[in-house]
Amino acid sequence: METLRVLVVDDETGMRLAVARVLNTYAVRPDESDEHAVNFTVDTAETGEAALEMMAAATPDILLLDMKLPGMSGLDVLREIRERRIETLTVMITAYATLETAIEATKRGAHDFLPKPFTPEDLRVAIRRVVRHLAVQREARRLAEEKRQVRFQFITVLGHELKAPLAAVEGYLQILKDGSAGNDPAVVGRIVDRALVRTEGMRKLIVDLLNMTRIESGRKRRDLAPADLREAAVAAIETAAPAAAARGIAIHLEAPERAPLVADRGELDIIFNNLISNAVKYNREHGRVTIAVDRADGLWRLRVSDTGIGLAPEDAQRLFQDFVRIKNEQTRTIPGTGLGLSIVKKLAQLYGGDASVDSQPGAGSTFTVTLKG
Amino acid sequence: MTPEPTAPHILLVDDDEDFLFQHKIQLEHAGYRVTTATTRAEAEALAAELKPDLAILDLMMEQHDDGFVLSHHLKRLLPAVTAETGISFSPTSGAERAWVGADALLAKPIRFEQLKREVERLLRDRDKGLGTRG
Repeated sequence: METLRVLVVDDETGMRLAVARVLNTYAVRPDESDEHAVNFTVDTAETGEAALEMMAAATPDILLLDMKLPGMSGLDVLREIRERRIETLTVMITAYATLETAIEATKRGAHDFLPKPFTPEDLRVAIRRVVRHLAVQREARRLAEEKRQVRFQFITVLGHELKAPLAAVEGYLQILKDGSAGNDPAVVGRIVDRALVRTEGMRKLIVDLLNMTRIESGRKRRDLAPADLREAAVAAIETAAPAAAARGIAIHLEAPERAPLVADRGELDIIFNNLISNAVKYNREHGRVTIAVDRADGLWRLRVSDTGIGLAPEDAQRLFQDFVRIKNEQTRTIPGTGLGLSIVKKLAQLYGGDASVDSQPGAGSTFTVTLKG
Repeated sequence: MTPEPTAPHILLVDDDEDFLFQHKIQLEHAGYRVTTATTRAEAEALAAELKPDLAILDLMMEQHDDGFVLSHHLKRLLPAVTAETGISFSPTSGAERAWVGADALLAKPIRFEQLKREVERLLRDRDKGLGTRG
């Protein structure tokens, strides 16, 4: 059970004792669904000066502060708390809660008010509100921290993904510089080819990264206009045609004559290009890629199927996350940034749809994207 | 440059195509014979068949423990070459280091000069009939 520290600041002895007695025997759940109740340990102070001294030693979670005190006033204490950046939730206790003092106290950081005189139940209600607020505050902090961690991890992986191709290219340049490659044109040619392959991979990663940042920041100027999914599919097929032809892979399109959608054409191109280039890359020699566009349940549905290596079920689940590339002997030499499918999913969600995969290891995969419109 | 047929023979194992290619060029330029492999199975078959004088392998390959297992196995596969034949990359804990049994562990990224020095030292120690190092 968690125990919250409460500090009661009031010049009336009876009031301090009464508050301590009520809270010492009180326990509350921060949330109805919460299993763990919270209880309280109560310290008391007679003056604002004494309270500040106690707070310097140990910060209370909750401060019950009388507005009218003999030395410095409740408002003075609030100002000091603010200046010293003490993180505590303050409930003002006041006999004359005029609107002006309430506004002034709120301005100075008071969280709530408890008008005098109050019953034990009034006190418990006020404390329960504070505890709920603390729980919400903590949850918000936890989420912010989690977000920070995800971001940190993303940047760490990104750093590695950018460093690897750079190191490879540097290695090749060094070999050319020190002459260890000799004069064999075949060897020199392969060195240059590999360096170009790695710089191309790096450039694609940067393009994906910029696309993703734009999508995530929500600041990308989206050019929404009447577009056609069939046209977008045909353009992407043309882009993928040379790579497909090189490996004898046939691409088929099954789409209605017109497949209209109000969309950003650049975004549709990103979706199709990613799915079709994957279907070619992870296919077998002389395999087949089928692109089907149809409507289902009021959504456009794009399905891209291949006859390639497929995915294990546990890999399929991770596939849409950032930088996830399935590593095995079959995929070892296939280039990719690890961001393509993550981008596809984020874009699909921008259109009120989603992206998913259905796969048979060794037989092929079907990627499905739905788009509202 | 074509190495002498009697030059020491090195088995180079890594799943990174560029790392393999670059180090093969540089080791050959330094006068060694080099055979490359990209997987543990391939490396074990080549080691049994060719009995190289020394193996250089990446501990972190596609299947996470492949490099470790390979290093461990090479000791038994190459008894005639003395048990101490591996240079493995990536730092590991003391216990892993003992189990891996490599004679030298270098952390990536490595400089070729450093790798060359280790290779020369290990081959020299072996020729002198020295025992386990590393």
